[in-house]
Amino acid sequence: MSDQAIVEKIKAKFSSEVLGVVEFRGETTITVNKGQIVEICTFMRDKLGYNFLCDLCGVDYLGKSPRFMVVYNLYNITTKQRIRIKAPVDEQDANIDTVSTVWGTANWHERECWDLMGIEFNNHPDLRRILMPADWEGHPLRKDYPLQGPDREPYQGRLS
Amino acid sequence: MGVEETQEPKTLGSGFITTSLDKLVNWSRASSMWPLTFGLACCAIEMMATGAARFDLDRMGILFRASPRQADVIIIAGTVTKKMVPVIKTVYEQMPEPRYVIAMGACASSGGIFDTYSTVQGVDEFLPVDVYIPGCPPRPEGLLYGLMKLQDKIRAERNTFGAAIGVGDVIHNKA
Ligand code: SF4
Repeated sequence: MSDQAIVEKIKAKFSSEVLGVVEFRGETTITVNKGQIVEICTFMRDKLGYNFLCDLCGVDYLGKSPRFMVVYNLYNITTKQRIRIKAPVDEQDANIDTVSTVWGTANWHERECWDLMGIEFNNHPDLRRILMPADWEGHPLRKDYPLQGPDREPYQGRLS
Repeated sequence: MGVEETQEPKTLGSGFITTSLDKLVNWSRASSMWPLTFGLACCAIEMMATGAARFDLDRMGILFRASPRQADVIIIAGTVTKKMVPVIKTVYEQMPEPRYVIAMGACASSGGIFDTYSTVQGVDEFLPVDVYIPGCPPRPEGLLYGLMKLQDKIRAERNTFGAAIGVGDVIHNKA
């Protein structure tokens, strides 16, 4: 099945959810609303054969609205096809449903995304920090997080 | 206050016998510095190379030990993240005294290129470092030189025998 046909199937099933489709250098990206992300992912896995979640990550578009984007990179092991799904997430309401019920590997990916980006995953079974120390405050991969940590003067450039 | 500062520290004295015993203790310590098998990042590769056949640390009596209970030296070889600090502290506290710390490489000495929220800007923030070795990574020759500097430091210590039998403390001289 071509990427085009897959996009058509998603559009037919979730017509009100799809916000946009972009094709760039043979990679297809579908932007969807975050509301039905679990249903969409289940559909991708069961009906379209995307049985492997390569990566789940967050992107911070500081200054834009909505500020965050959660990105799902999917792979179909049988047909060796890839597809990308994106879901925008607001700063005020930074949460999205977990897909760890769809792909088990999402569990740790979502923990990482919450740890570093501060996007919460509703109904996640175990939303703890995974990379930063357990008592860390803040989410360091956000663009407005000071690079050298909150307790140090920011770098001013070379003085000499 | 001022009186205490000028007071001679308690030692076994500096007679011929005691200084000879100190020398014996220092010789044995400097000739069998057992470092802990402990690497954190790329510098550890260079530390392994130093221990392997070409540079051969064994010929200097330096054998890597897998347990902190048997180690005299901890070579902090690599980038120290803040999450790693409690682990290093625990390992260091498990080592028997006398114990020495070598900060190997730019990262362990100063944070190196990782001037970020997650990296400790030099292990001297939480450990007493004896020798700093610059470089990113230091070549095995650099590590060997650092170890020899540490040997010089150990050889120059005074009252080591006295401290070992519980009289006074070790006096650190400039090497
Ligand atoms: S000093 Fe350089 S080689 Fe050593 S751990 Fe740091 S980055 Fe790696």
